Amino acid sequence: MSFVEFRNVHFRIGGRAILNGLTFSIAAGETLVLLGRSGSGKTTALRLINAMHEPTSGEVLVDGKATTAWDRVRLRRGIGYVIQEGGLFPHFTVARNIALIPQLENWPIEKTIARVDALLSSVNLNPADFAHRLPRELSGGQRQRVGVARALAADPAILLFDEPFGALDPVTRLDLQREFLRLRADLGKTSVFVTHDVQEAMKLATRIALLHEGNLAFIGAPSEFEASTHPEARAFLDVLNEARRAR
Amino acid sequence: MLGDVLQDLLEEGVQLLGEHLVLVLSAMLIASAIAIPGGLLLATNPRARRWALGLANIGQTIPSLALFGFLIPIPFIGGIGQHTAIVALVLYALLPILRNTVTGILGVDPVVRDSAVAMGMTRGQILRMIELPLAAPTIIAGLRIATVTTIGTATIAAAIGAGGLGVFIFRGIASVDKIQILAGAVPAALLALAADGALGWLEKRISK
Repeated sequence: MSFVEFRNVHFRIGGRAILNGLTFSIAAGETLVLLGRSGSGKTTALRLINAMHEPTSGEVLVDGKATTAWDRVRLRRGIGYVIQEGGLFPHFTVARNIALIPQLENWPIEKTIARVDALLSSVNLNPADFAHRLPRELSGGQRQRVGVARALAADPAILLFDEPFGALDPVTRLDLQREFLRLRADLGKTSVFVTHDVQEAMKLATRIALLHEGNLAFIGAPSEFEASTHPEARAFLDVLNEARRAR
Repeated sequence: MLGDVLQDLLEEGVQLLGEHLVLVLSAMLIASAIAIPGGLLLATNPRARRWALGLANIGQTIPSLALFGFLIPIPFIGGIGQHTAIVALVLYALLPILRNTVTGILGVDPVVRDSAVAMGMTRGQILRMIELPLAAPTIIAGLRIATVTTIGTATIAAAIGAGGLGVFIFRGIASVDKIQILAGAVPAALLALAADGALGWLEKRISK
């Protein structure tokens, strides 16, 4: 069953075309990486999934239902969203940030507390150390971990990642990429991950969707991507080969 | 002799201080009740914002004595006495509160608001749990400015028979009596300092 489906999706802002008829689907449990340069439309495509944008024409189906037909609040609560630096609420402690959606969903308090502790542990932050800190008392990598924990809080079926590791130093970045893979193996969530980093895409993706000027240039497994002859795919593969040669 | 004069002054002073507080508190309560919700609405509407802030700005440029005078012939809200003074004080207090509420809400990091929307928070929840708490220090700073200004401006209310500490000042000026002037001015200044200190403390506490 495909969990998310794009059907001939166009998106324009003020007469400028951002996406030109995207059609593809995302299967339950897979990690689809949306790869592309700045301005390729990858973040826009991601934000169509949780109805932060609405298609100009065509439709995006989540769990078989068009995003425009969903109650937006319900749709978004079922989709975890992780952005750069986590997008944490600066006046909430780490625990309150993570507990927010469970709290809005009226979970019993003991269940919420247990959930916060379990999530902090699962992103390798000691609850006793971190639960009561404010976001500004964390490092960038720690904020990102809390952002992931918060996105997982209400056990959503889908996770969206918008260049989450872009601002991190390379060592922290590698660390978080490994953890992403570990969490994926543990949880098996459907994930959509936006990045412009081809190495990151190759490492994390079960499939890569390459966007170029609002068009889908390629979609397939990383091994197929390496064999692609599309010029934009070749451009990204050159970056990859350059990095390998340098080693 | 002198003791009797001071005794009288003190007794009248307590009464005038009471009147002054009533003027200031009523004006601040009404102004906050208008300007804080108003500011929240204006924050989401750039066009209305320009108009409303412009209008409030113009209100502020009218000299206070003249504004009190203008209000006297207006039916219902005008006339002689306390309620006219309160209307004028409200008009002056509106702008700082309105402007700071708008500034506070607009100052919330768009990324924070965006992630609140993406998490599935409703408009009301975002306002209550995210925007208002983050804007609170700025809003309180506006209340602080408005309160201090209102305490000072309220002394002029005595000119239209609204009472308050201004009674001492106007009487002192009329009779060239420094003691009377000071008996009005010093408590008003102390009141302003106290309000400034208290609201400043609240502002700092909340922004922690």
